[in-house]
Amino acid sequence: MSFYQEWERAAQLDPLPGILALGPDDVERALSRLAGSGRRELADFAALISPAAEDYLLPMSELSQKLTRQRFGNTISMYLPLYLANHCANDCSYCGFSAKNKIKRKVLSANEVDLECRHIAAMGFKSLLLVTGEHERMSGMAYFREVLPVIKPYVSYLMMEVQPLSADDYRELVGLGLDGVMVYQETYDRTLYERHHLHGRKKDFRWRLETPDRLGEAGVDKIGLGALLGLGDWRTDSLMVARHLRYLRSRYWKSRYSLSFPRLRPCAGDFQPQSPVTDRQLLQLICAYRLFDPEVELSISTREGPAFRDFLMKVGITTMSAGSSTQPGGYASGGRELEQFAISDERSAEQVAAVIRRQGMEVVWQDASAQHWPQSSAPG
Amino acid sequence: MDDTLKIADREFSSRLLCGSGKFASAGVMEAALAASGSEIVTLALRRVRLDEPDTQLLDPLRAMGVQLLPNTSGARNAREAIYAAELAREALGTPWLKLEIHPDARYLMPDPIETCAAAEVLCKAGFIVLPYCGADPVLCKRLEEAGCAAVMPLGAAIGSNQGLTTRAMLEIIIEQARVPVIVDAGIGAPSHAAAALEMGADAVLVNTAIAVAAEPVAMARAFELAVRAGRMAHRSGLGAVDTRARASSPLAAFLETLA
Repeated sequence: MSFYQEWERAAQLDPLPGILALGPDDVERALSRLAGSGRRELADFAALISPAAEDYLLPMSELSQKLTRQRFGNTISMYLPLYLANHCANDCSYCGFSAKNKIKRKVLSANEVDLECRHIAAMGFKSLLLVTGEHERMSGMAYFREVLPVIKPYVSYLMMEVQPLSADDYRELVGLGLDGVMVYQETYDRTLYERHHLHGRKKDFRWRLETPDRLGEAGVDKIGLGALLGLGDWRTDSLMVARHLRYLRSRYWKSRYSLSFPRLRPCAGDFQPQSPVTDRQLLQLICAYRLFDPEVELSISTREGPAFRDFLMKVGITTMSAGSSTQPGGYASGGRELEQFAISDERSAEQVAAVIRRQGMEVVWQDASAQHWPQSSAPG
Repeated sequence: MDDTLKIADREFSSRLLCGSGKFASAGVMEAALAASGSEIVTLALRRVRLDEPDTQLLDPLRAMGVQLLPNTSGARNAREAIYAAELAREALGTPWLKLEIHPDARYLMPDPIETCAAAEVLCKAGFIVLPYCGADPVLCKRLEEAGCAAVMPLGAAIGSNQGLTTRAMLEIIIEQARVPVIVDAGIGAPSHAAAALEMGADAVLVNTAIAVAAEPVAMARAFELAVRAGRMAHRSGLGAVDTRARASSPLAAFLETLA
C-alpha cells in the first residue's frame, strides 16, 4: 500500500471542471471554515485555488500571514543549494541538465566539495540542499557515501534533491547525516509525465510517485513535495500535491513536510509551459496551502525575482534560499557556464537577510535535527 | 508576604517562565523578557550555534543573567533527548533541562513513554529535569517519582493559544503534586495565565503569545501582571462557584453568632 493506490483512485476523475465552476459562496465558506481550528478538507483547498478565489487574495493573504506567524514565529529559515554534479541520465523536455543537451558535465571531487563547503560556511549558511542530476554511476550511492561525510561537519541540517532512491539507501544516508529529501513529482498527470520524461529512470512514474512513502519508511526528518508549475494544469497538480501531503501526514507522522513551487516561465527556447502561472496565482496557491496546512513549511527559491520574494516572505513562506549558484563548483569559482537555470534574485545572502530583518523578522540559520545533534566545540 | 517559587535548590520571585523563540529580533526578545520579569528562560538547543559565539540567542540571554533552561525540542525519543541533555550541560554549563520529546511533527504532542524513560535516566545523572508532558495526572506522579524537579503539563497544543483546554486534568495534577506544577503550552492570553495561577498552578510558561504579539514588550508586561494577579487571588482564597445567586448579607454572619 502506497500513495499510488490513492493516486489511481483520485486520478480517475478530472477535478478541473468542478474547480472552475466554484463561485464566491464556495470560497467564502472555505475561508470561514479554514479560519477556525476544525478539520481541513481538500474541498476547501480546491475552492481557494479556484478562479473565483482570485477576488479573495487580500483576506487569504491576511489569514495566511497570521497562521504562519503563529506557527513559525517572526522568522524565516535560510538554506543554500549546493550543486554537486550535472550529469544526468534522463531526458526531460524542460531541463537544462537533460542528457541530450550538449553541455559541459562536471562532478565535484571530495576536495572540490570541501572547498565549496568552506565558501558556504563563510556565507553563514548551516542548512544545505545537495543537488545533482540523476545519474546513478556518476552521482549515485557510491558518490554520496564519499561526499556526505565531507559535508556534514559544516552544516546543521542536510537535505538532498537527487534521483529517487530505495528505502534502504535512504536509511543508510540518514546514518551519514541526511536530514531531508526534496522529490518533486513534476506532474501527477501520467500521460503528460510520460510525454515530458522521455528517457532514463525518471520515465518510471510510479517509482517517483512512491518515493515519499520510502522516505517516510526510512525515517527521513523532512520530506519535500511539489509540482513543476506550468507543466500540466497547475490547479489539478496542486490539488494532488495537497492530497499527497494529507496522505503522508497520516502515515508518516514523525516527519516534517515542505512544499516548493518551481515555476516554468514562457521562454525563448522550444519549450513552452502548457499553463503558465502568474504571480497572483502563485500567491493564491501559497496562501491556499498555508490555510490547508498551517504546519507545512513553504519554500521559495531564487527562481523568483526580488520584489515578489520580498512580498511572499511576509505572507506564508517560511524557508528561502539566497545567494545561490546553480552550477557545480559555483561558490568557489564564481563561474556560471554550467548552471541548471538562471536565477532571478541575484542578491547576496546578506542582502536578503537584511530585507528579512527590515520586515520585522529574524533569520534562522541554525536549526539542527535531533537525529544529528550538532557536535559541541565546548571543552569536554 | 514571602511567596517564592522554589524549584530544586533555587528560589524565584517570578512565576512566569518565558521562551526565547519566534521573536522578530534579539533586541525585541531582550526587551520583552525584561518586561516579563521572567527569571527562567527556555532556549532550543537545536537553534544554538555551538561552533562559534551565538549572538542571536545565547549571548543576549547570558547577559540578562536569567536561569537558562535549555530544551530538547526536536528530540523524538529518549535516546536523542539524553544526548541533547548531555550536550546542553556541557555546552551551556547548566544541569537545568526542559525535557521535551515530541515525535509528532505536527502538533508536537509529548511522548509520555519516552519522556518517562528519559526522565529516569537524566534525574539519576544529576540533571534538574522539568519535563513537558501531557496533562495526565498519573504521568505527572510518575515523573515526580522519577525525580523531576517540576512537571510541565500542557494547557493546549504548543503555540495554539487555546488556553486551558485540559483544565479538569490540571486540577487533579495540581491537587496531587508534590513538586511545582508549571502549565506549559497553549497559554494564549494573560487571562489564561491568570486562570492557571488562580487554580493553584505554581507557574506558567509562555512563548508564542508574547513573541508573536503585535507589541511583544507590552504583552510581556501584561502577562507579568496577570501572573501576579492570579497568584495573589489564589493565595487570597477564591469564593466558591454556585449556580444560584447568594446575597452577601451582613445578617448571615450575625445569625451564625447566635447560639
